[in-house]
Amino acid sequence: MHISPVLWQFLVHWLTNSALFPPEASAISPYMDAFYFFLCAISAVGLIAVAILVFGFSILYRKEKSPVATQIEGSTLLEATWTIIPLALFMICFVWGALLYFRIYNPPTNAMNIYIVGKQWMWKAEHPGGQHEIDSLHIPINRPVQLTMISQDVFHSFSIPAFRVKREVIPGRYSTVWFEATATGTYHLFCTQYCGTDHSAMIGEVVAMTPDDYQKWAAGSTSGASLAQNGERLFASLGCNSCHSGEATARGPNLSQVYGSRLQLADGSTVTANDAFLREAILNPSTHVMQGYAPIMPTYQGQVSEEGLIDLVEYIKNLNSNYRIQQTLTTSQLAPGQAGASSSGTPQVNGPARAGRTAPSVPGTVNQ
Amino acid sequence: MSTIVTLPNQEEARLPKLSYLNSEYGLKSWLLTGDHKRIAMLYLISITFFFFLGGAFAGLIRLELLTPQPDLVASDTYNKLFTMHGVIMIFLFLVPSVPATVGNFVIPIMVGAKDLAFPKINLLSWYLYVAGACFLVYALLNGGVDTGWTFTTPLSTHYLNTHVITAAMGVFIAGFSSIFTGLNFIVTIHRMRCPGMTWFRLPLFCWSHYAASILMVLGTPVLAITLVLVMLERTVGIGVFDPTKGGDPLLFQHLFWFYSHPAVYIMILPGMGVISEVISTFSRKRVFGYTAVAFSSVAIAVFGFFVWAHHMFIMGVSNYSALVFSLLTMLVAVPSAIKIFNWAATLYKGSLTFETPMLYAFGFMGLFTIGGLTGVFLGSLGMDIHLTETYFIVAHFHFVMVGGMLMAYLAGVHFWWPKMTGRMYPESMSQLAAVTTFIGFILTFFPQFIVGYLGMPRRYHAYPPEFQVLNVLSTAGATVLGIGYLLPMLYMPWSLKYGKIAGSNPWQATGLEWQIQSPPLTENFVDIPVMDHEAYDYEWLAHKTEHEVTTVG
Repeated sequence: MHISPVLWQFLVHWLTNSALFPPEASAISPYMDAFYFFLCAISAVGLIAVAILVFGFSILYRKEKSPVATQIEGSTLLEATWTIIPLALFMICFVWGALLYFRIYNPPTNAMNIYIVGKQWMWKAEHPGGQHEIDSLHIPINRPVQLTMISQDVFHSFSIPAFRVKREVIPGRYSTVWFEATATGTYHLFCTQYCGTDHSAMIGEVVAMTPDDYQKWAAGSTSGASLAQNGERLFASLGCNSCHSGEATARGPNLSQVYGSRLQLADGSTVTANDAFLREAILNPSTHVMQGYAPIMPTYQGQVSEEGLIDLVEYIKNLNSNYRIQQTLTTSQLAPGQAGASSSGTPQVNGPARAGRTAPSVPGTVNQ
Repeated sequence: MSTIVTLPNQEEARLPKLSYLNSEYGLKSWLLTGDHKRIAMLYLISITFFFFLGGAFAGLIRLELLTPQPDLVASDTYNKLFTMHGVIMIFLFLVPSVPATVGNFVIPIMVGAKDLAFPKINLLSWYLYVAGACFLVYALLNGGVDTGWTFTTPLSTHYLNTHVITAAMGVFIAGFSSIFTGLNFIVTIHRMRCPGMTWFRLPLFCWSHYAASILMVLGTPVLAITLVLVMLERTVGIGVFDPTKGGDPLLFQHLFWFYSHPAVYIMILPGMGVISEVISTFSRKRVFGYTAVAFSSVAIAVFGFFVWAHHMFIMGVSNYSALVFSLLTMLVAVPSAIKIFNWAATLYKGSLTFETPMLYAFGFMGLFTIGGLTGVFLGSLGMDIHLTETYFIVAHFHFVMVGGMLMAYLAGVHFWWPKMTGRMYPESMSQLAAVTTFIGFILTFFPQFIVGYLGMPRRYHAYPPEFQVLNVLSTAGATVLGIGYLLPMLYMPWSLKYGKIAGSNPWQATGLEWQIQSPPLTENFVDIPVMDHEAYDYEWLAHKTEHEVTTVG
């Protein structure tokens, strides 16, 4: 069967603009929708098959027409048929679904990172450049964006239906999701995991902007200090540098090349120092002692807020020269020639994208 | 090989002088009975009460969702409504629905026994059910609980100020009622079968209850442990689930779903048993592929234990464990497909009539097929990311649990009503109810698939206005559905007094329960029956009927 491309275009256009179908606004959306249509198609086939059998037999073998029932034991061939055909279809679904899943949950290495902190009942977004937002998220289009998310209290779930992505935001551990927006606009952001009284008010908007507009927005909304700078201040005020001074005689390991490297722990295991490990090492240092160092680091549990931890992690990342170079590269990829033009620009955001509140930033919040 | 079965002349039927209903009188004779049939009646009354209570909450939820604004009830009230709806419908209605009422009533008779293996434990299970229900009603009357039926930590342990412990205690106790029912069924089916009743002569109803009982006995203790941990975490803060004390909040999800996924099979398998009996009886034909249907129940029970993490695909379980659980989820879908096709094939060359139980069974097949296939959407890893926690999943499990299980329950209650009470329900009225339920159901829940793909999250009190049209459709459908459920509530009690006398075998069905008087004697059988034929042997029945006519005439 051949569908003319014009007709196909028309169908897709009609569907994506109807109120019965969500907008396709990310790179993954067309893949998700194609899989959805496949699943709908096999469901329709299955349902129609059952309906034909039930209604067909009901008409053919109703008592008036068929007063005598013929006893039939069964048929191994038929049993095999309706075992193997559904199994084969389900296996196609399994493979297709798995490929999609790995695509959605394995971020590309050049993604720009934004941190999300969920709490009852608001979303805080923290951009590395020091832009803080509440219940809104500004992102550039045509650029992979990775979100590193954590909850301050209960389970939340970060969902952007127009991008077809969603991931649970869990207390006590980072989870990540990535997407690449393809169309500018304002989209729904929902918390989809029930989280208490105002669950249905834990919503916001995702503002996808052209890279230029995003650059303007970022320049106008910055709090003046990047997350890493906040982290540096926090690092000093918590007294971290007294041990992690980077000198050969220091009591704590040198952190300058630590992010992304393989570390040898005192218990003999090795770990990769990623965001989650750094956070854990600050909160539960006694279970993550580096080889060659005494387990003397006190816990910072309850002393640093999740935002503070993000600042510290971002600071430690930035101590890593490779990471810094990579971030610089990805930033210059984003907007060539835009980097210096920001200071005089007004914090004007393009078009309908404007509504998000910008949170007043509190650099390196320390409780108590 | 062909069978003509003529239905008995119901004008001549008389109510038997002595039956389990009139063997003893007085409240005490009911409350202290060991008779499985009376206990089934006690269960029938209790779960019907809780069904309408849970249904009332559902009605209020749908009424609130008529408009996008949160205008009918406050957010906290709304949260309590859906929590109580879920808790009551699942733990006080769906789990005991078919097993504790219809199963309790007919399983001993089907296997040719005088009672269940442990009659007193059977009674105890009803009392535990009532005790658990009392805790839940207490929690409800004192302000309710708003954890969601999943009791998710750390929300339930640290962040809510409602009657979490009372409600968890209620579910904990009601769980034991379910364990005892399952235990009783397993022992009865193993040890109490009459002479000649081999495993492969058991009605498929017994097979599916056997499979469900194994799930009850092995799964429910895990729920009990989980709830105890939640209670301890809430009261003394033991920190099993609390990340600040080194606990793991995901551990709760694993433990909870380790029970709660098999729980959906605890709910649906007995319903599948009903459908096998009904389809066979009204086709006057042996169930196509008896062994395939029997073993598919066991396969569902076995695979059902190893798919729980498919509730957690977006929760940061490792990608590779997600792969394994998705694969197993696909496998568990296959036995369900096998059953559907076998039932459809049973109709082939049958002699079909369309009494109410058959209409409900057709409703089950249609709605369960949709529910099962949309389960494949959710079991597919990538698709699950977009669909989970939205109205798509709400629609999916309502198609399975309400469209499937409730239809099967109503099919079962109508089918065995003549046996339970000795009287027929009014046929055309109940056919109207069956059709109303089906239409109302589709109208209520089909729009939720669409609004789910649009992204509307579940458990939302207020929603973006563009979703309103679909929600209005859904609420309109709920009204029709409500009428469909109220009708049996009216004509079933009516039939107790005014229904036609049923006679012992009004459907000309083959099960042992149909070969004894309606309603049965307390001891079920006068003589111990001997099973000398296969299950669903309509030729044996025709021969027997002919023989009876000749002896009487």
